[in-house]
Order: sequence, then C-alpha cells, then structure tokens
Amino acid sequence: MKKLSARRRHPLAAVVVLLLALAATGGLYAAFAPAGRAQADDSAQSLTIEEGKKLYEVGCASCHGTGGQGTSDGPSLVGVGAAAVDFQVGTGRMPAQQPGAQVQKKPNIYSQAEIDQLAAYVASLGAGPSVPTKQQYDPAGADVARGGELFRTNCTQCHAFKGVGGALTKGKFAPDLKDVSAKHIYEAMQTGPQNMPSFPDTTLTEQNKKDIIAYVKAINSDQTVSQGGLELGGLGPVSEGLFAWVFGLGALIVVAVWVAARTAKAKKS
Amino acid sequence: MSTTTSNESRSRGKAPAGERLADWADGRLGIYSLAKANLRKIFPDHWSFMLGEVCLYSFIIIILTGVYLTLFFHPSMNEVEYHGSYVPLQGQLMSEAYRSTLNISFDVRGGLLIRQIHHWAALVFLGGMFVHMMRVFFTGAFRKPREINWLFGFLLFVLGMFTGFTGYSLPDDLLSGTGIRFMEGAILSVPIVGTYISFFLFGGEFPGHDFVARFYSIHILLLPGIMLGLVVGHLILVFYHKHTQFAGPGRKNTNVVGMPLMPVYMAKAGGFFFLVFGVIAAIAAIASINPIWTMGPYRPDQVSTGAQPDWYMGFAEGLIRAMPGWEINFWGHTLVLGVFIPLVLFGVVLMVIAAYPFLEAWVTGDKREHHILDRPRNAPTRTAFGVAWITVYMVGLIGGGNDLIATHFHLSINAVTWFVRIAFFVGPVIAFIVTKRICLGLQRRDRDKVLHGRESGIIKRLPHGEFIEVHEPLSQEQMYTLTAHEQYKPVEIGPTVDENGVERKVKGSEKLRAKLSKAYYGEDSQIPKPTVEEYREITSGHGHH
Amino acid sequence: MSSHDISEENLPEQRGAAQGAVRLADEKNPFADPGLPPHEHRRQDVDERAAKRSERVVALLFTVSMLATIAFIAAYVTIPVDKAIYVFPLGHISALNFALGLTLGTALFTIGAGAVHWARTLMSDVELVDERHPIEASPETRAKVHADFQQGAKDSQLGRRKLIRTTMFGALALVPLSGVVLLRDLGTLPGTKLRHTLWSKGKLLVNMNTNQPLRPSDIAVGSLTFAKPEGLEEKSEEFQDEIAKAALMIVRLQPEDIKDKRELEWSHEGIVAYSKICTHVGCPISLYEQQTHHVLCPCHQSTFDLSDGARVIFGPAGHPLPQLRIGVNDEGYLEALGDFEEPVGPAFWERG
Repeated sequence: MKKLSARRRHPLAAVVVLLLALAATGGLYAAFAPAGRAQADDSAQSLTIEEGKKLYEVGCASCHGTGGQGTSDGPSLVGVGAAAVDFQVGTGRMPAQQPGAQVQKKPNIYSQAEIDQLAAYVASLGAGPSVPTKQQYDPAGADVARGGELFRTNCTQCHAFKGVGGALTKGKFAPDLKDVSAKHIYEAMQTGPQNMPSFPDTTLTEQNKKDIIAYVKAINSDQTVSQGGLELGGLGPVSEGLFAWVFGLGALIVVAVWVAARTAKAKKS
Repeated sequence: MSTTTSNESRSRGKAPAGERLADWADGRLGIYSLAKANLRKIFPDHWSFMLGEVCLYSFIIIILTGVYLTLFFHPSMNEVEYHGSYVPLQGQLMSEAYRSTLNISFDVRGGLLIRQIHHWAALVFLGGMFVHMMRVFFTGAFRKPREINWLFGFLLFVLGMFTGFTGYSLPDDLLSGTGIRFMEGAILSVPIVGTYISFFLFGGEFPGHDFVARFYSIHILLLPGIMLGLVVGHLILVFYHKHTQFAGPGRKNTNVVGMPLMPVYMAKAGGFFFLVFGVIAAIAAIASINPIWTMGPYRPDQVSTGAQPDWYMGFAEGLIRAMPGWEINFWGHTLVLGVFIPLVLFGVVLMVIAAYPFLEAWVTGDKREHHILDRPRNAPTRTAFGVAWITVYMVGLIGGGNDLIATHFHLSINAVTWFVRIAFFVGPVIAFIVTKRICLGLQRRDRDKVLHGRESGIIKRLPHGEFIEVHEPLSQEQMYTLTAHEQYKPVEIGPTVDENGVERKVKGSEKLRAKLSKAYYGEDSQIPKPTVEEYREITSGHGHH
Repeated sequence: MSSHDISEENLPEQRGAAQGAVRLADEKNPFADPGLPPHEHRRQDVDERAAKRSERVVALLFTVSMLATIAFIAAYVTIPVDKAIYVFPLGHISALNFALGLTLGTALFTIGAGAVHWARTLMSDVELVDERHPIEASPETRAKVHADFQQGAKDSQLGRRKLIRTTMFGALALVPLSGVVLLRDLGTLPGTKLRHTLWSKGKLLVNMNTNQPLRPSDIAVGSLTFAKPEGLEEKSEEFQDEIAKAALMIVRLQPEDIKDKRELEWSHEGIVAYSKICTHVGCPISLYEQQTHHVLCPCHQSTFDLSDGARVIFGPAGHPLPQLRIGVNDEGYLEALGDFEEPVGPAFWERG
C-alpha cells in the first residue's frame, strides 16, 4: 500500500488509472448489457397449447386481433400466408417483444410443429404464399454467378455486398444474412417481412431465388474463403481505414519509438 | 560501394577498390564536397521525427508494388465475359480492367499479396502524412525557415488523396464505380462549366468507355510524377534546413544535437525502411483489403449500402452526407448548393490548415529562424486551433461513416446525421475552448513544478503534528527544459497621436493584428513562466512548499 | 506581410546563443542551460560479453531474414495459387497469400530490426553537436546578387526596348492556348444528352431479373421491381451509358395511399415507376421500405417519399425523383407513355 501511494504521483499514474477505468467500464457493460435481454426471454415461455388457433390466441391475438384482422399494435394477417408466419415465428421475430424501430430476431420459442399449426391457422384466414418446399429453396445446382448479379440488382442496396446488412431510415436496418437458413431467405423474399419489399415469383422467379440463395451461401457463410485474410466485417473502406490506423500506423509508431529511443545505460552502482 | 580490399591491390600499393571508385566518381560528380557536409550530418532522436519516414517509405513501397501491378493490369473498359478461377463471377460481363484485377488476385501467384501491400501502404501513406503534418503543426515546426516545406508537405497530402482516389477507381468494381458516379455528380454541380468538365473527363456521357484509361495515366504517371518531385524537394529542404529539435540542456536554436548520418542514421533510417515494409507486408498477409470480387463489376444501375471511399476521402464524404439538399433554380439554371457547398468546404477546410503558418507569422511579426520546437502546451492558441481543425475533420469522418455507426451502435441514421450537422459548428468551438484551458492548466503545472518541485506522493508528519507532502526539487536540466520556451508579448497599436498632436491613421489590418495578437498572447492566453526572482523568493527562506 | 512596424521589444528574448553562454557562467541562475549532459556508457560499451550478445542477436536476425526469403521462394513454388486453409482467428484464407506475406514480412522486418539493433547497441551513441548557419545570405552576398541581376537586366535592354518586352510576353501568353485547344476532343459536348433517356411512348417495361416485359398483375403491393426499357440488352455497347439514365424502380401502392395528385395520374392501378438514379449525385437509389413507402439512398441517405411524388424528406438531394408516366398496351403489358419529363440523375447548371 505504501508503495502504491508513493507512485500515486508518478507521471504514468494518470495513464494507468485511465486504462483501469476503461477496463472497468467495459467490464461493467459486458456484465450488465446482456442481462436485460435474457430476462425478457422467458416471458412467453408458458406456451404449450397445441393447436394453431389456441397458440394464436395466446401469442398473437393481443396485437393482431382475435380473428387476425389487425389492431393498432399489429398489422392484419389476412392473406399474409403461411410463409410469412413460418418466417416471422421461425426466426423468433414474432411474437414481438418490445416496441422499437424494428422487430428483431431472437431465439425461437416455438417448435416447428407449433409453427406449422400457427401457419395453417393464419393461412386459413386468407390465401397467401405457402411455406416453400425444400425443392423450391434448396440452392444445390443453382447458378451462383447469376445469383450474384441478381443479388447486386435486388439486394445489395440494403444488405451490402457481403450480405452483412446495413442501415435504413430512423434506426431501422437490414439484417446480416449469415446463418439465415435457405428456407427463411426464400420466405423473406417471397413475403417481404416488415419494411423489406417482397419479391414475388412473378418478378423474381423460383430459379432466381435459388440462385440468390446459392450466392449468399457462397459469399457469407462460415465456409466462405476470404482469400486476402481477415475480412474486417466485410464492411469495406471504413473498417479497412480503421485497421490501417490502429494496426498499420499504430504498429509503425511503436516501431518508431523503439528505433528512436536511447539504449539502456549501464547502471553505475 | 564495396569496401572489400583484395590482397593483390594492397601489395601493389594501390588504394582500396572502394576508395578508388569514390575517387573516380568524385572526379566526375564532385561527391566529396557533397559528402563533406552530409556524411556526418546530425539527426536528433525522437520517435515523432520518424513519422515523415513512415510516409517516405510507404511511398517507395507503393511505387515498387505499383510498377509490378502495371505488368498485369489492363486499363481498358472493353466488355468481356469472365471465365477465370473465381466461381461466383463465372460468365459475368465485366470490363477488362476488372477482369485483369481478378486475375491479379486469383491467378498471378503473389499478385494478391502485392495488390494488398499496394493498397495497405496507400492507407498508411496517407495516415502517415496526416500524423506527420499534425506533429509539425503542434510543435510549430512550420515556422520560418520551413514554411515552404510545410506547403510541399501539404501538397503531397492533397495529391496523395487524389492519387489514392484515382487508383481506387481503376479496378472498375461496383464500389469504386459508385465513387466515380459521385465524382461525376459533384462535377456536374459546379456552376457554368460543370457539365462540360464532366463530358470532357468521361469522354461523353457517364460512364462511357474512357475513364479507366484516363485515370490510369493520371494515377501512374501524372500525379506520382509530381509527387516524386515534391518528395525530393521536401527531402532536400529537410537536409538543407537541418532537423528541428526539442528544447533541452545543450540544445540551442543555433545547433542540432543528435546522432550522425553515417553510421547511426544510415542504419536506423535504412533499417526503418525494412521495418515499415515488413509491417505492411505482414498486414497484407493477415488482413484483406478491397476484395473487389465480392463487389462485382460496375454497373450504373446497381449499388451496395455501406458505399464509402477510402478513409482519406471520408471527411469529404461526411460533408456531402450531412449537407441539406439546397438547390436554387433561376433563369433556366440550377445552382446545386447541396453538392457544391460541401465541395467548396472540402477545399476550404484543407486550405485553412495550409495557410495557418502564414497567419501565425503575420500575427507574431516574428522574422527570426526557429529551430527549437514548441511543446504544444506552450502555444495554447495554436494548439487549440489545431485541435479544433482535427475536430472538424473527425466530425466529417463520422459523417462519412454515418450508416455504419448507426447499425453498429444501434442508432438512427437520421440522428447521426443531425449530430454531424450540429457538431460541425459546435464541435470545433468546444474543442478550441477545452484545449486552450488544458494547455493553460499544463502551463500552470509546469510553473508549479519549477517553483515548488515535483510532488513526490510521500507524506511526512512534522514534529508538531502537521502533515506535508514532500516536494522533490527538479534538476537543473529539468528546470531549464521547462523554462526554455519563449513567450511573446501582445502587439500594441501604439499611440494614435504623435508628439506633434497629429493624428495617425490606424489601418484596419493593424487593428485586427493587435486583436489577434492579444487573443494569442494576452493575459488569458498564456501563463507567465517563472522568473528567477520568483524562484529565489520561494526557495530562499519562508515556505517549505 | 509587413511586420517591420513591430518593434523588436515585443518579440521575446531569445534564449541560447550568446545569452546561453552568459547564463551558463552565472551560477546563481537556476534556469540556466547546464549544457549537454555527460555521456553515459551502455552495457555494451563497458561489457564485451554484452556487446558480443548484441552482435549475436543482430547476426541471428539477419540469418532469420535469409531463411525467410528461402521460405518465401519455397512457398511460391510449392503452394497452389487456389489453395485455401483455415487459420485461427483469420478464417478461411488463401494459403499462398498468407505464406508469402508472412515470409516476406519476416524477411524484411528482421533486416530492419537487425540494423536498428546494431545501431542502438553497438554503434557509438555519443551525442554530437552540429552548428547551424543562418539560411539567409550575408549582406555582401545579397548586395552582390542584386547588383549582378541589375547588370544582367540592363545588358538585356529588356526595360528599354518595350516592343520586345510586350511582344515576348504576348507570344508566351498565347502559346499554351494550343495545348488547351487540343483538349477539346476529350469528349463530346453535352447538348441535350442529359435530358433524354431511352424511354419513349410505347416502350415496354422489361423486368431486370427475367428479361421479360411486365404485366400489372406481376407487381404486388409491397413488392419492388427494377426495370429497363425494351430493347436495351446487357451486351450492347451503350448498355452502361443508357442504363445509367434509364434504370427504373417500380412499386405498387394502394391507390388511396398516394397523396400526390400527379403521381396518381401517372400511375397505373397504384403501380408507380420512378427513376432509380438519385437526384443528388446519381447513386442507384433503391432502399425501399414497403411500410413507410420511403426510399433511401445508400450513398448519402437522401430519403424520398414514394407515396408523395417522391418528395425529398431527408438528406442532401435537392429535388424529387423523376416519375415515368406508365400505362398498359393492348396486349396487357406495362408501357411507358413517354420519356421522363425532366432530366434524371444529379442536377446540373443547365438543368433549370
């Protein structure tokens, strides 16, 4: 302790304190930030009713109305089709948790059987796109390069070159497409969830969609080869610039300090 | 320049081969007179003096790798179909420029590495110039006699930006094409001549078939040629002026203290070239840069979000993004202020920092040579001005990345844009005031240190119970260093009426200078450094702390 | 820069030089320059073993460099250009790029590190002093140069022979004009090119994705479709120039959601066709939010309201996106009813 107080006035003390404070703030943030999210997760955990309608009445009716006609809190579900339900519930977006710019994906709390029941119920309210079969969305054998061209025409403006997503107005955003299943990508194009426009089969054919899925899987998955090395988030020049400053110039300045520093003197004791 | 000596030549009583070669060269080039002044030239040691070398070396690296890339790159916009080894682009239509860049990346062994070294070195080059320029600015190294060299450096920075921009556009990928499209829009906004310039630059309508070839000759010949000349001039002036140094014992305005070029700085500076090259090569091995294959070939009807230029253009991008959409129509003409104002501001912001040394020289009226650097705190107004300028620059950078900031920090892009709009005006003012206060605080601290010694953190209890903190007196070296800086007195206008009672006209510029001088060196702008009398009074008798 | 009117006493006293020498002698001045501190020896200067160790380190670094260069050549020869490997934490990367970069980086870095270590530990670290000399020439030199110049000027008679002077400056001023004139053929003149696109009455709206003409029934509410004019093929010479102006963005709104009267008039059953080219600086704008009907530009965030005549509601764009008037032909396909009525893309001086 004595040693500590003696060094209190050391020229480097301020730097050390600053570093400690930074580490503490970061640590506190890491400790508390995810806790808020985890708490809310179990709010809808008691859902065990088997049939779609019952599931619907419990999980969905408060916002979408008892007959799916919609309320001020949620849009009408008449005619959205089974594909929309499969996407929204399957990615955990529905039931929505809290108001905000955009409903975000989270761990899905329904089993696939329950989702199917819900989807069947919503589909019965009005005709809409049905859940695609594996044959429809499976990208095997699709034309990746053609998919790339279609992706750049229809998708990159929101989801970016690498499909990592980007900003929309007023806090909304286009999500990262990594780890989104082929089925869900297909359904999203088909139904246009939230502010995403739809790309129905009449304007973007089934084969087009397969090509796009094949391209997304080729460029934005864990298996994607990034020939040049670290991808830096696939964000382009901003992260590259940051990297050049921190690791390029940063490293060079450290080296420069070493080059210019005087060598330690022999102790005269 | 081999210095090996063969036994045979020794036995014949001849000078060593190296010496004979040097004699031969001297007879034709006069190298000895040149070497006399420079071989043992002294360079002071300080890490921040190496920043310019970072720029020089990355420039050399860029030239070396750039020459290699020209061996494989085809600057042509002919449409071709791709049948190379990158599967996700098979059969796509693209320009020859884009295809040859893909080939460099995938089919030329080591081509990707050289491309990445070239691009990383470019980012480091511009970053290095920025930091180097700020070092020169904050230490006052731009003062007489170095104003011209400051301008050379500034020109290098600006030319570097445009060389980088033209290079980034050559592969003709979707990202860089979007940048070119922006440039076309910006040129169109120029009143009266904009449309014509655009048509002349692109050989007709955008995008046309010419710009890659034209940018190519600008990128590899015109701009680097000018830059090379400026670099040489910059270096000659550095040698001629001799390097500046920080104040310290034995370091005077009339000397330079450090290590000789031969051998220490030959080894240090020469070695530093390899260190810089090594670091950049390692970065190119580790981190991907500008993976054009994920961006696809350029088509004017396609775009990606997150479309940003390289960092050095980011601040201009931010100005463009934050500007409100003003447009004035009159007499059948359109004044596109929404684009033109940021374009002008971009130039103005850069010019302000370039012109600063001349403003300061005018305010101080100081015509002496300065070779001792200022500590930033001892020139509070200049330092505050510099920080305010950096703040404007940083706000621009934030604006340039507003979409990524919005997505990564879960903010609204509109809010980020509004922040930039406000911060562009408020930020520099706050930065100026805060920096100045910090500088004055540090000056007070230095003053206290000189007068009272360093606070040691050791608490002692005196016999009568009083606790005091022991202050260690500074060494004479430290005291000299802390009091070595000069302090200007504000310029006075002087009597407006001469002794005969005739009124003298005071020019507006004189009044302005007096005002500025007061702002620079008035009572609120610097803390008087301790005088010998003050020191004596405190140390001689009363008062232990 | 007239500053001669500032009296010298306003300038701070300069320390160093003559004064420094005086102060050095003044023992009572605590702030005087004590002069260069005496040189202290490094371990390597006094201990030959330490020096030997430094020598070995430097030699080791140079040896590592040689080995790294050999490794570089080996990697170049042995690793296939398309081989990918997984390296934690970089991910799947090109083996060749990684190997070449690291070996080259090592080979270079170790040369530099060796040289610097050598300089720092073995070369003399005694600080040397070099005197500076004023940059300005001495008064004699200055006077001599001025006199020489005047003599030269006089000899040339430039001042006396006004006719020569005037015509010479005239000739020198005119001759660069040839160079400027030669630039004329860099490009065609703008003419009205920025005002017209490929769209004209009767041109079908062709789907960008399928290359088929669109029918109103193809386009659902909330969907987004991109179209080009019939007859414009990707392989044609002019494709890039034409699509840069003609690219079209088609959405369908509920007709009752359309607030702008003209927009409704120019639409077909709620289907509206807008230029895809942003009116700010020409990015292909298309971040369409189907619930808000806002479309955002990914480059500079200009936001347009497609339900209200594509009015600018945020960002740097100065005017709305041009709308294309559309209808349906006899065969039930969507067609253009003319060209855009105003120039598409960024504004320019002659736009008006």
